[in-house]
Amino acid sequence: MPEATEGTATLPAAEEQAVPKSQGRSDGAKPRSLWSDAWRDLRRNPLFVASAVLILLLLVMTAFPSLFTDASPRDGNLQGAFLKDPEYGKVFSAEWLGYDGQGRSIWARLVYGARASVIVGVVVTAAVTLFGGLVGMLAGYFGGWLDSLLSRLTDIFAGIPFLLGAMVVLTSFDVRSVWVVSAALVFLGWTQIARVMRGSVISCKQADYVVAAKALGAGTGRILLRHILPNAVAPVIVVATIALGGYISAEATLSYLGIGLADPVVSWGIDVSAGKDQLRNAPHVLLFPALMVSITVLAFIMLGDAVRNALDPKLR
Amino acid sequence: MGRYVARRLLQMIPVFLGSTLLIFLMMHALPGDPVRAMWGEQAIDPSQIARVKHDLGLDLPLWHQYWNYLSGLFQGDFGTQIASQRPVADVIADAFPVTIRLALFAFVFTVVVGISLGVLAGLRADRLLDKGVLFFTLLLVSVPSFVLGYAFQFLFAMKLGWLTPTVQNSEDFGQLFMPAIVLGSLSLAYVTRLTRTSIAENLRADYIRTAVAKGLPRRRVVGVHLLRNSLIPVVTFLGTDLGALLGGAVVTEGIFNINGVGRVIYEALNRHEGSTVTGVVTLLVIVYLLASLIVDLLYAVLDPRIRYA
Amino acid sequence: MTDKNAKKVPLLEVRDLHVEFHTRDGVAKAVNGVNYSVDSGETLAVLGESGSGKSVTAQAIMGILDMPPGKIPQGEILFRGEDMLKMSAEERRKIRGAKIAMIFQDALSSLNPVLSVGYQLGEMFRVHKGMSKKEAKAKAIELMDRVRIPAAKERVNDYPHQFSGGMRQRIMIAMALALEPDLIIADEPTTALDVTVQAQVMDLLAELQREYNMGLILITHDLGVVADVADKIAVMYAGRIVETAPVHELYKRPAHPYSRGLLDSIPRLDQKGQELYAIKGLPPNLLNIPAGCAFNPRCPMAQDTCRTDVPVLHQVTERDGDVLAGRGSACHFWKETIHG
Repeated sequence: MPEATEGTATLPAAEEQAVPKSQGRSDGAKPRSLWSDAWRDLRRNPLFVASAVLILLLLVMTAFPSLFTDASPRDGNLQGAFLKDPEYGKVFSAEWLGYDGQGRSIWARLVYGARASVIVGVVVTAAVTLFGGLVGMLAGYFGGWLDSLLSRLTDIFAGIPFLLGAMVVLTSFDVRSVWVVSAALVFLGWTQIARVMRGSVISCKQADYVVAAKALGAGTGRILLRHILPNAVAPVIVVATIALGGYISAEATLSYLGIGLADPVVSWGIDVSAGKDQLRNAPHVLLFPALMVSITVLAFIMLGDAVRNALDPKLR
Repeated sequence: MGRYVARRLLQMIPVFLGSTLLIFLMMHALPGDPVRAMWGEQAIDPSQIARVKHDLGLDLPLWHQYWNYLSGLFQGDFGTQIASQRPVADVIADAFPVTIRLALFAFVFTVVVGISLGVLAGLRADRLLDKGVLFFTLLLVSVPSFVLGYAFQFLFAMKLGWLTPTVQNSEDFGQLFMPAIVLGSLSLAYVTRLTRTSIAENLRADYIRTAVAKGLPRRRVVGVHLLRNSLIPVVTFLGTDLGALLGGAVVTEGIFNINGVGRVIYEALNRHEGSTVTGVVTLLVIVYLLASLIVDLLYAVLDPRIRYA
Repeated sequence: MTDKNAKKVPLLEVRDLHVEFHTRDGVAKAVNGVNYSVDSGETLAVLGESGSGKSVTAQAIMGILDMPPGKIPQGEILFRGEDMLKMSAEERRKIRGAKIAMIFQDALSSLNPVLSVGYQLGEMFRVHKGMSKKEAKAKAIELMDRVRIPAAKERVNDYPHQFSGGMRQRIMIAMALALEPDLIIADEPTTALDVTVQAQVMDLLAELQREYNMGLILITHDLGVVADVADKIAVMYAGRIVETAPVHELYKRPAHPYSRGLLDSIPRLDQKGQELYAIKGLPPNLLNIPAGCAFNPRCPMAQDTCRTDVPVLHQVTERDGDVLAGRGSACHFWKETIHG
């Protein structure tokens, strides 16, 4: 791939490459740092505030689902509640969003389903950022044969379609826990961060302050950690935030296809899959988990988008 | 130009070998036994498993198996579908035209709508239209395609009755319309955003200022100077995107009941059969690699700085 | 004044021009009442630090300011006596490139990277003169010859990145010259070039200007470039003209502390070993220009009046009151500065 678009071509959340100006800006008398400037921007952005509140809510749901519902997500009442319609008046009660084909409260399923989505999203993003970031940094900083080797390795992994590749990996596992699904996504997902990090490090490496630090005899480790990393990390954070939404979407898709998470794990993807046969007579069974996935992914992607705009003065 | 092409071709060889090796290892080196999985929960005599493994060459050393797999690939042999005993290549040949038709339809939709929206938004960066388009693309990226598929099916087919909910005849472009839009929606969002960013950025480039200072009409400034530069990253994205569309067809075809490659994979997955999936994925990797090669060449055609580097 | 105007209208006259930029942090006042004029065959050098408003003024003349965020709340830009700010967009476009042309600082980024130089040169003829592609290419080759690019015929299909910096700037000049405009605005035309190439490019520009009898506005921060080619000079600070003078008089006897500071900060051979003079302080923040004279926080001569009253451009005279033609200084203490 040509340099200019590396990192844009792969799923799941390939965005146009964000390349924030990493140096602090100074407007006349009062110099402000990139980060404090960005933070000031973010607080004013309604999209950011909305997505941050949503994400906070999801995190609470993940940690303490029982705060939101008394109903069990797994025990169904087939006789009494089979595909029962929602009762929108009873907000937050078990009946609120109706019952699914096994007589389980859909609201309870939604609340408990947050855990799988959030854990997969966060775990995959953290792992991918650490591993991809390391690969990208080494390739970008040292260049030469190491760069060639790592870049080809990245190409190889990037060449495999993300979702299909994950399916191939997952077919080998009989028990697909949250961790197995996460591992499969990390296995194929790290390349995007690696490419972004590599590009970012290369542009930082040539910056005058790095050349100066080198000339002053700073060691490699010090240059990497103190000078390059803080300046190169901004685009990586942006891509990672947006990718987090993509991983949640990928988990839901895999679970929907029956190749991701499986009962007894509660996952919105499974619920959508279960609801598809009743789309005509009981659309709510599919609607709410589908909506939940979409809102969750939207929250993370909106967050990433807002962060990118804040960090990238070019787009102003 | 010649050296550039040669270099790209050379770089592609290790990537091709690496990708195929990776798929191969994913199938063989990970826990789980595809042959044992053929019988599902049934009890089975170990000697029978050993015989099947021998027939499939699965008892050979791993490097030997890879060699067989690779040399098979060069002869168009993508393995054997275990359930039906048909060559995977035949299964693909039956299903591929349908998927290609769907993917191309989605591709054209993506290109036409995505670039138009992106240009419109980019020229008015930060205005209301731009913000609207940006939010729309955020929505598109956020809604997983299986959700969008069912939403369309429910709304346009079941409630409004405009379209048939599933595709009966994959030759009929009218029926492919809805699946193609669903399949292309994610790419549409990327193409729109990429075009938009690229246009907005280049609009501030010095050479655009020069073009204006030359007294060129706006149509010419945008159509010749701005578009030509701004579409370079979009074209490179589109090339690799074709592969992604083919891959994304798995989900879309399942929803709309289309008998394409996605359906083949979907069914293979339900049977827990790896060889078909691996064969299709290998084919898609090849398509992806070829597409990125074409994109690289196209990139050189579009950007003289690459051509003469 | 009006009498003179009736007889001879200047080629270009800027009157009380104001330009501001509306940013998220407030309104940046980039140009705050600039007046200057250029005649055919005359070279006006506009001197100032970055942020002094010299380039913004030029962009306003060209009509290539980004609006918004830019805005021209007040002022006139008269081209042959006609206010261009009142013209329609289409009328202005026809002047751009054909009557008034501009040369930019960085030729590499100012030329379109994906189009051949021949195409970019020929475009002028195709758009403004309606020539065919073939005729335009012939004209492009002619122009490249004109600015002394070797092997013009072979290189007409090359791309900007294939030329050296000096050659690229020659192409920029050729492009500006293409339709033999009445006025050329050169914005730091040699800043991005090597010193040795700078002189060649500057000489070429001056020579072509004489030949076509064009007006030239030369925008620069480099006093060295100015001396040889300019007729008169306008020094800008914080969006205002602080001093105007015929070029050699300014060098001899500056009438504004800022001009003097600029002159004193040029290294000279006879000062070898001494510490180089530097104007203390930073250029003003355009969002918040100091009250009174904008230069007062940095001025060694500043008094209380300087902090409250904005100085107008005074006519500069000799001690005995003889008017020094073409000289003005926007300093309350211009007398002390020039005669002191």
